[in-house]
Amino acid sequence: MVRKLGIMLGAVAALAFAAGTAQAQKPKPGGTLVFAISAETPNYDCHGSDTYATLHFSSPFYSTLLRYNLAKFPEIEGDLAKSWTVSPDKLTYTFTLHDGVKFHDGTPLTSADIKATYDRLRNPAEGVVSNRKATFADIDTIETPNPTTVVFKLKAVNSSMLDHFASPWNCVYSAKDLAADQNAPRTKINGTGPFVFVEHIKGSHVAGKKNENYFKKGLPYLDGFKGVFTLQAAAMLNALQGGQVLAEFRGVSPAERDRIVQAMGDRIRVEESSWTLNLLVAFNVEKPPFNDVRVRRALLMAIDRWGGSQGLSRISTLRSVGGVIRPGAPLATPEAELVKLPGFSKDIKKAREEAKKLLKEAGQENLKFTLWNRNLAMPYTPAGIFLVDQWRQIGVEVEHKQSDTAPYLAGLRSGNYDVAIDFSNLFNDDATLALTKYLSHSKNPLNLARANDEEIDALYEKQLREGDIEKRKGYIRALEKRLFEQAYQQPLFWWHRIVLTHKPVMGWKMSPSHNLGQDLAEVWLNQ
Amino acid sequence: MLRYTIHRILLTIPTLLGVAMLVFLMLRVVPGDVVEVKLRGDGGNVSQQAIDAERARLGLDRPMIEQFGSWMWGVATLDLGKSMWTERPVMEEISLRLELSLEVAILATVIAVLIAIPLGTLAALFRDTWIDYFVRIVTIGGLSIPSFWFGMLIMLSLLGFFNWLPPITFTPIYVDPVANLTQLIWPAMAVGYRYCAVVARMIRSSLLEVLNEDYIRTARAKGVYERLVISRHALRNALLPAITVIGLEFTFLIGGLVVTEQVFNLNGIGQLFVQSVSRNDFTLIQGMVMLIAAFYVFVNLAVDLLYAVFDPRIRYA
Repeated sequence: MVRKLGIMLGAVAALAFAAGTAQAQKPKPGGTLVFAISAETPNYDCHGSDTYATLHFSSPFYSTLLRYNLAKFPEIEGDLAKSWTVSPDKLTYTFTLHDGVKFHDGTPLTSADIKATYDRLRNPAEGVVSNRKATFADIDTIETPNPTTVVFKLKAVNSSMLDHFASPWNCVYSAKDLAADQNAPRTKINGTGPFVFVEHIKGSHVAGKKNENYFKKGLPYLDGFKGVFTLQAAAMLNALQGGQVLAEFRGVSPAERDRIVQAMGDRIRVEESSWTLNLLVAFNVEKPPFNDVRVRRALLMAIDRWGGSQGLSRISTLRSVGGVIRPGAPLATPEAELVKLPGFSKDIKKAREEAKKLLKEAGQENLKFTLWNRNLAMPYTPAGIFLVDQWRQIGVEVEHKQSDTAPYLAGLRSGNYDVAIDFSNLFNDDATLALTKYLSHSKNPLNLARANDEEIDALYEKQLREGDIEKRKGYIRALEKRLFEQAYQQPLFWWHRIVLTHKPVMGWKMSPSHNLGQDLAEVWLNQ
Repeated sequence: MLRYTIHRILLTIPTLLGVAMLVFLMLRVVPGDVVEVKLRGDGGNVSQQAIDAERARLGLDRPMIEQFGSWMWGVATLDLGKSMWTERPVMEEISLRLELSLEVAILATVIAVLIAIPLGTLAALFRDTWIDYFVRIVTIGGLSIPSFWFGMLIMLSLLGFFNWLPPITFTPIYVDPVANLTQLIWPAMAVGYRYCAVVARMIRSSLLEVLNEDYIRTARAKGVYERLVISRHALRNALLPAITVIGLEFTFLIGGLVVTEQVFNLNGIGQLFVQSVSRNDFTLIQGMVMLIAAFYVFVNLAVDLLYAVFDPRIRYA
């Protein structure tokens, strides 16, 4: 076992070294990158989306104000912003834009486009969906003193603001397009990104060609790209092995990695990282008996996370046990503290006895409900099956209902479910980003438990305004404790990201988030 | 014959009308519609007001009889409306995929017929010999193995032996025939095997029955060459039930290849059907059901007319 592990680690290290050596080569322009996207976006609008399917589709066409430098993650760098300053009171953010940036329709980009974009994000018009409304709630005014300067004034200090500006979801749209129709980005693509939209053949692929007027000179290297929708994992793996696609950037399971590595040997590059993504169990507190904290707690206590992670990490992308912040991140709760929280005990036998007792107290010994889940095989299906089995062990009968992404999300948003497997799709380890999901439903409708808890809201606010890291940690721990004791929702497992690319695919950078680095500007083909 | 044909064509009208009423009513009986999935399906939170406004825009708030009437008028004028999900014309959404599905169905039919007729004939002529046993094993295999699984075997074999797979995106035959056939021949083979097995077994049993008929004995007694007895008298009659099966199988292939399409990553009608059902896209579902129903009706008509061609005793009045 140890020997096997050693060989595996050696292989990964060798691959990483080979990858590093290769990355140092001089980029060659030309060629078309064909890659797989394992889900098809419902529309093109980044602002209203929470799924990578939208970003892997739309990112090559758009720019953002700031972005993460993936070589030095989580360092932030400018994208459309050439430079920026933050006032000493941390209430004013001033950005200077690059000159000569043009939208794909030829219109020059100005500060008015940034203002229109951020107005749409923070204060969407009726009928417009913005999932970043709460994120930008601290913006008081946006001023545009000249075409290349934009000034954001905040109502209060926000320790996460720069991270929010670097979010990949903040695609910059044309003010002219938005003035004509605030929902234009759902169906029309007009960005300033490295690639120009060519076609979207529904059910088949999206294609883009090189933006000859891209404001970053010399980029992109590729002549174009084609993102092929491969909705079935088996079809995607076959396509990867057969060279029909050269990459899949979301991530594969360990078993899938092993299959491809065995078949392709050194023709495939394997890159691995922990992942800023977790699956959650959410209880709809508006529906009895899940309005009873004893029932919710019992169900969380019955889950053997530590044992489950060992089995699931072999067959799926699920791996680490953690609280609301990614395990290993600076603000994460250490394991020694985590095991004291409800749902994280290592003594599963005792926890399940306690769970049965709580169900009996609540008069729910014969509890039956439906678990609402997404029909993506990896890792939603194994997670769902795992939960059904865990709850069966305390006498709870669960029907596992899986659905396509769109009806799944619609069902979650409308509150039409008992218990759901939700996901927290983050792009960094910032606490505010991670905790926004748990704000009261009245403040953030994306809180799927639909719970309203003033204590959680107050702790969220305190950590957001706190500059001292240790004090901030204290607030985060307190919030986490309250959240888990009330058992509204709880992370199930954190994911482990494994990305496979053919060796000729160069310039793409691995990161802990599959939402980052997908504009493909620096990707090139070594062939 | 002409009168019969016109009569049959006219009969398609009440048939299709019945199908239209059924699909329209059944979709409305099931709770939920496309609006909620569409507006909330990308993860956002949308007010009930916005949902109601979208329902009104799509005409879903109108009385059911009014909705049905305007849809039927559209069908009568060959306008199936717009997809409630993509807002593109239903005809456009379907035609994008129909070309691929139709081509797979035609290729599979060609493969199946070309192999099934000689196989079935040989098995009947050499009944209870090793040839018959061989054909029976091959055809039972075809019936037992699900098409999608055979498809997986084909893909894995291509990968394992040749480290090659067919193109992953569709190229129309008029753009690049080689690329087109390179992609579609494999799914056609996967579904064609089962199709071939069904037809071959039908021909075998039918031919065995015909070979015992009096007119075959008479033909042989008249000294007609055995080859002519088989091809002109026996096989021609034995093909009649096989033609019915071919017609039914062909129509099934248009929309019934969901899993096979997934295995080969094909953007066909089957996948579109599943997606439109999961999104409650009423207009698209209605359009596809009507299309497939029309296929069934017209293929059945064609089969009936072919009967008269193959069997001179059949005359439609």
